[in-house]
Amino acid sequence: MKVHGIAFRLASLTLLSTTMILAAIVGYNYTVSRSMIVSLAEERGTLLADSTAKQISGAFTAVQKVIDSVAFSLEDGNLAEKRVTDLGLRVLHKNPEIYGSAIAFEAYAFQQDSKYYAPYYYRGQDGSIKFTTLGSDAYQYFYMDWYQLPRELNHPIWTEPYYEKSAGYELMTTYSVPFYRSRDQRQLLKGVVTADISLRWVQKLIKSLSNRDDGYVFMLSRYGTFIAHPNESLVMNETIFTAAEDLNLPQLRDIGRRMVAGESGVLEINDLPIIGDGFVYFSPLPDQHWSVGVIFSKKELLADVSSLNSKVAIFGIIGFLALAMLITGLAHRITHPLRRLTASANDMASGNLDAILPKAVSQDEVGELTNSFQIMRDNINSYIANLTETTAAKERIESELRIAHDIQMSILPKLFPAFPDRSEFDIHASIEPAKEVGGDLYDFFFIDDSHFCFLVGDVSGKGVPAAFFMAVTKTLLKVVAKRRLDPGEVLTKVNSDLAEDNDSCMFVTLFLAIMNINNGDVQYASAGHNPPLILHKGKNAEWIPPQNELVAGIMDDTVYTTRSLTMNQGDTIFIYTDGVTEAMNKEQALYSEDRLVEVINQCHGKTSEQMVGMVDNSLKDFTGGAEQSDDITMLAMQYLGKKE
Amino acid sequence: MSSIFLVALTLFSFIIPALAAAGDTTKVSLALQWYPQTQFAGYYMAKEKGIYAKYGLNVTILHGDADSESLDRLTSGEAEFATAFLSSAMGAWANGVKLVNVAQIVQRTALMIVARKDSGISTIADLENARIGTWGSQFQLQAQSLFLRENMDVTFVRQSPSFELFMRGGLDATLAMWYNEYHRLLSYGLNPDEMTTFMFSNLSLNQPEDGIYCLQSTYDKSPDTVRALVEATVEGWEYAFAHQEETIDTLLQIMREQKVRANKAHQRWMLARMKDIILGDKAKISTQLDPVDFDSLKIELMRAGVTMVNIPYIDFYKGLNQ
Repeated sequence: MKVHGIAFRLASLTLLSTTMILAAIVGYNYTVSRSMIVSLAEERGTLLADSTAKQISGAFTAVQKVIDSVAFSLEDGNLAEKRVTDLGLRVLHKNPEIYGSAIAFEAYAFQQDSKYYAPYYYRGQDGSIKFTTLGSDAYQYFYMDWYQLPRELNHPIWTEPYYEKSAGYELMTTYSVPFYRSRDQRQLLKGVVTADISLRWVQKLIKSLSNRDDGYVFMLSRYGTFIAHPNESLVMNETIFTAAEDLNLPQLRDIGRRMVAGESGVLEINDLPIIGDGFVYFSPLPDQHWSVGVIFSKKELLADVSSLNSKVAIFGIIGFLALAMLITGLAHRITHPLRRLTASANDMASGNLDAILPKAVSQDEVGELTNSFQIMRDNINSYIANLTETTAAKERIESELRIAHDIQMSILPKLFPAFPDRSEFDIHASIEPAKEVGGDLYDFFFIDDSHFCFLVGDVSGKGVPAAFFMAVTKTLLKVVAKRRLDPGEVLTKVNSDLAEDNDSCMFVTLFLAIMNINNGDVQYASAGHNPPLILHKGKNAEWIPPQNELVAGIMDDTVYTTRSLTMNQGDTIFIYTDGVTEAMNKEQALYSEDRLVEVINQCHGKTSEQMVGMVDNSLKDFTGGAEQSDDITMLAMQYLGKKE
Repeated sequence: MSSIFLVALTLFSFIIPALAAAGDTTKVSLALQWYPQTQFAGYYMAKEKGIYAKYGLNVTILHGDADSESLDRLTSGEAEFATAFLSSAMGAWANGVKLVNVAQIVQRTALMIVARKDSGISTIADLENARIGTWGSQFQLQAQSLFLRENMDVTFVRQSPSFELFMRGGLDATLAMWYNEYHRLLSYGLNPDEMTTFMFSNLSLNQPEDGIYCLQSTYDKSPDTVRALVEATVEGWEYAFAHQEETIDTLLQIMREQKVRANKAHQRWMLARMKDIILGDKAKISTQLDPVDFDSLKIELMRAGVTMVNIPYIDFYKGLNQ
């Protein structure tokens, strides 16, 4: 995983936020200014479409009035042919905007012998007014729109624009009004009076309005035919619907349908040729069902907004870059001491506590952190120095204790079998101090050829003082016992020696026995020691009854009594310290004397060594590895009998 | 030996058209029914692309207009060849004009009835007592047969080709050609879903339309010229179908020269529909006049009283394979 530093994150987060804020500002600016421009354009476009439509429609209305009045006068049935014909001439004289005017009658309606009667005045190419009559089998005006439509629909109509051949293919439209005469109370259609007007001025007007960069004006006929459009190849050739089909712009077709339906409105349109995306504003000419459309190019319309916006964006980018440099620099500068501190800390982490920490220059968080690091490093250094010293001292003491342990163990008889050349008895002992050195002791030795002394003792307390006291006790016991005294006298003498100058008030429990190995008689004495067990051959173990005499080393005038018992062949005495019965498992339960008895009872036929081993195993099973709290000492003495 | 023969043959095949172009060309005139438009694309492309010339013909195309009948130009001698609807030609034949059909180009009728959906017309039966727009008698025949068959009463009203009377609600329905007027209605802003249409080809009233005609005398006098004109025309149509955009542009150019109002979308539509009604579901153009179509039309014509003559198929049709 790539790790980005604080400088990087600080810079990138700041720049990201800045970019977002900047984008929001630019976007808001664009949206607002755009909608202002669009609504201004809408106002302008709608106004342009409306006013153009009104202007054109106004001119057409003037012509409508003229022809309506002619139609009205033609309803007088008494008009002579000359008068009828003159009507058209007068219309042309008085109305320069009218190109031609026909008064066409129904078949045989004017003259009984003539199918067609239609005088027609029109302006020649030279400007003079010319006359002709319309109607022949080649020109059956009854099927021409200008005649048939008002006839069939019974109301005046404006025809779709058309090119008039006689006027040099000028674009025209015709206003046709049906006129009637009444006969037998009924209105009978007599004919149609028309006015042709050129659309050149309309085209010119629209062209002049289209002379702009940002859009153009166009006009559609009743069925969507282009009457005026800057692209002249569209005029009269295409309808807005064929253009939509050709350009594959269904949107344009929808606009066309709304325009020819006489609606006015504003719509958006995309992908127009040249213009691209744009807005269309349209307004109808109600009498003709024509429609004026104004198209504004979105691009041109919004050019100012776009340019403003791109300038803002450019400034934004420049500002962004400047900010980026500034922030990166600042972030680097601020985090520089931090990075140096990090390097030093890494150095320290890898173990070099003498690594040089950067100087805390600034009084900020980084400075404080550096100081804290400095203090921490000094503390660690002095702690380590202390620790080193302490560890050395401890190691020294431990080493001394190990030596003490070895010495203490060496003063106990450790070699088993201890008397391989004596078959009368079998003795085995073990000691396991809870610490390096302990206060338990055991010993065995011959007093003379037939008397064998063995003992177990337990000094109060543990550790070095107990070990010293134990050593003293052991030495004393051996010296005193060798004087061929009975056990009570030995303990009495030893007690009196120990109690003398015993300022530390230590004491020791002792069980001492002397066996006549020729007959198995045992004399013993106990100075407050746990009662040992005797396992007579074939019987359960029994406690050797306690004498309830004082521990040794407290009172110098204590007298101990000697008792005696007899061991038969195969009997065993098991002496131990309270480290055995008071051993605890992890649940703080004591091993107890009952368990000890149980194990000893299983030791029939076993050697002394096996007995000690079985008790030891049972103890270890019971404690399950719990820490040993007291020294454990065991001694088993089996009488095997005098050899004959 | 064979290679020399091949060379000779190759030279021969080059020389013949070359000779024909050089001076041995036959001047003929072909009168069409109407103004230039892609309805006649095959003829115009055969001329423009030099296909007629390749066949040794120098063809002058006479376009039609509202006031002239192409077949009249045959009898008057103004044109040696004319295109016409089968019904018009059979009518003329019955009236004693000694003409023959030398190629039936359009096999399927494009005639249809169109009504505005909002007029409530959705089936043929809804046309009872309707005023139906038409534009010349030759287009009425199938409609007359239809309403005779359905025993219905309708009024046919001749209207100008602008279809304004229909658009302004002066008619309940109108006849229209699929390739022409139907698209004009679309181009006036009517949507297909706003119109109910009945195709005569779906009403068991098929009628082969544009065919090429000449006088019997022309056919007898110069059968090679007839064959050349028909073959070149078929090739012209094949070219037109294979190069639609070029054909449309060429026709638009001709239309502009003739001051005929033209727009591309309309001409594109028309050419596509011409392909539909000339080829039908076939891959190649057939100039065969279907005897079944011929007989059924003959019966309709006699029933309508247009002809009283039982025109023999073999006398009327002199196709390439006859």
